[in-house]
Amino acid sequence: MRLNKVFGASVATLALSLSMVACGSDDGDGGSDADGGDFCGKNLAFLGALTGDAGALGQNMVNGIELALKEYNADNADCKINLKKFDSQGSPDKAPALATQIINDDTIFGLVGPGFSGESLATGKTFFEAGLPSISPSATNVTITDQGWTTWHRVIGNDDAQGTADAKYLTETAGAKKVFVVDDGQDYSKGLAGKVKDSLGDALVDSDQISVGDTNMSAIVQAVKSSGADAVFYGGYYTEAGLLAKQLRQGGFKGTFMSGDGSEDPNFVKVAGADGAEGAVLSAPAAPAPADFGATGLYATQAYDATNIFLAAIKDGVSDAQELNEFIGSYEGDGVSGPIAFDDKGDIKESKIYAYFVKNGALDVENPEAIE
Amino acid sequence: MGGLVFGAIYALVALGYTMVYGVLQLINFAHSEVFMYGTFAVAWVFILLHGTESASWSLGEAVPVLLVALIAAMALSAGVALALERFAYRPLMKKNAPKLIALISAIGASFALAEAMGLRDRFAEVFGLDDNLADYVAPGKARDVYSSPVTIREHDLFTIGGYTLSDVDLVIILAALLMMVALDQFVRRTRFGRGIRAVAQDPESAALMGVNPTRVVQLTFLIGGLMAGAAATLYMMKVGVTRQNAGFILGVKAFTAAVMGGIGNLRGALLGGLILGVMENWGSALFGQNWKDVVAFVLLVLILLVRPSGLLGESLGKARA
Repeated sequence: MRLNKVFGASVATLALSLSMVACGSDDGDGGSDADGGDFCGKNLAFLGALTGDAGALGQNMVNGIELALKEYNADNADCKINLKKFDSQGSPDKAPALATQIINDDTIFGLVGPGFSGESLATGKTFFEAGLPSISPSATNVTITDQGWTTWHRVIGNDDAQGTADAKYLTETAGAKKVFVVDDGQDYSKGLAGKVKDSLGDALVDSDQISVGDTNMSAIVQAVKSSGADAVFYGGYYTEAGLLAKQLRQGGFKGTFMSGDGSEDPNFVKVAGADGAEGAVLSAPAAPAPADFGATGLYATQAYDATNIFLAAIKDGVSDAQELNEFIGSYEGDGVSGPIAFDDKGDIKESKIYAYFVKNGALDVENPEAIE
Repeated sequence: MGGLVFGAIYALVALGYTMVYGVLQLINFAHSEVFMYGTFAVAWVFILLHGTESASWSLGEAVPVLLVALIAAMALSAGVALALERFAYRPLMKKNAPKLIALISAIGASFALAEAMGLRDRFAEVFGLDDNLADYVAPGKARDVYSSPVTIREHDLFTIGGYTLSDVDLVIILAALLMMVALDQFVRRTRFGRGIRAVAQDPESAALMGVNPTRVVQLTFLIGGLMAGAAATLYMMKVGVTRQNAGFILGVKAFTAAVMGGIGNLRGALLGGLILGVMENWGSALFGQNWKDVVAFVLLVLILLVRPSGLLGESLGKARA
């Protein structure tokens, strides 16, 4: 029964994608420059949240992409590359329709994104079947690169690396004996929180799940307090993380509050309030941007690096999607976010996890501590 | 204890549903937005009196600001409730439109109000006003969650059976109970209350006896709005966060509470609210936070199966004088 369903779904998807590919090539024949391998005047696409609960993160990425394109276009006025933005609101429900739009748009040769893990899992197959290379600056769920989508890459360390480091930070650096783990049930969050839970061992006292959009965390606050936990780890994004931190402090919780890269954003402090956020530890598989970098925010450097890989491929003279993909796969270089090279699954080879701190009512984005 | 706190808030919001149903036999689905506007009134008062700089106050320090916020929230919520009555219901009632049409109008009004709040930064631009709520969280994202700059720090009072009661919890529960007792007495003992009960029982006869039904309906919406505004203030004390769709789930919960207690029955709303709050809190402790809403709605279905008229299945109109 189950097999049949899966089989049916794959056949349907295959048929659908075949018909799309057919459409695409029909359109392509009309334009003569399509086979020329010339990417001039064409577009990179960005797919991610620009509005909604995590919109600030997507905006950071766009800032990074635009910075890279600005630099490139200033040097190559005769061969400009532009950006088309697709706002998925970070939702795996909205992303597939946008992915279809992207693969049917002949002017788009590559994708920086998708921003989040959920939408990456929901769209990876579509992009893979259409042969559109993508580099995500921020999707960290481990399972994405296990799917065999050879067009999919990321310039950021995955959640296994981060979860292990976070658990280590809590038990060793922060000295927590009892840790309460909460997540919001999304792919990214479950992956990260799950890895933290696995790595905590005996220090894990209990765990619970909230829903995205919850504003009332009183039940969790109660549970944390009665569990006697001296640290809370939250897997998810900054809105709910901020609310949880705020309500925990309001309810008198005194222990360490830690969350991952989905929360590592100044907006976390705005939602939690300076008081609620004070002392919170937010990890991210990314070093801060260099001092003179022209874009701010988490993932801006990764998005900048991802864009530059595409631009380097164009400079190198790749002529079609397949060559572009091979170029990305064998790319090696030093980005502003660190050394970049991909393994055969599309994961970045080297990544370091950093702990960022909220101090004096602001997220200190400049002085993180590397978690060894 | 968290359950009793939210139960009390549900009960206050449930009053709005139950009173309007009692008088008009109509579910005012836009009542959840009346509540949501109240939460924003509280937010505006805090911004106005305190600024966007975040701070943490004890309950004692917050009392004066909370009183101003309470008045503002009750005023705004009552205003929205009266506007609803005037524009979404009265024209339909005049034409003697079927109840179903009024229900659809209510749902439409509910969406319109929520979206208007979501777009408030655009309106603010037109009038040259800016509440700064929009860029308080993230630039140009007024639809995002709004977090009150002032956190009210709770102090634990005592612990019973593993449940800790904080000063904020106690104030919320007492304030809600006080308001409900006051309303109950108002409806039972005053001339206006008698008018409300009369119209609930038999609008035509009541009109013949000199009761002005329009006035009574207005009064009903007014009281529902005032109670929703009070609930909004208590909610902001505890949660401190709102968004343009904050009313939706809370409204459905309050409606559930009203139905559980017996819709149209004021004391039923109180009982339903408290039971719902406690049960969902207990359910989320047992099965996890994700199951909170499931527990609440399963409970509703069970009660409707066993006792369709609600726990206290006696309506406002039939309430003994």
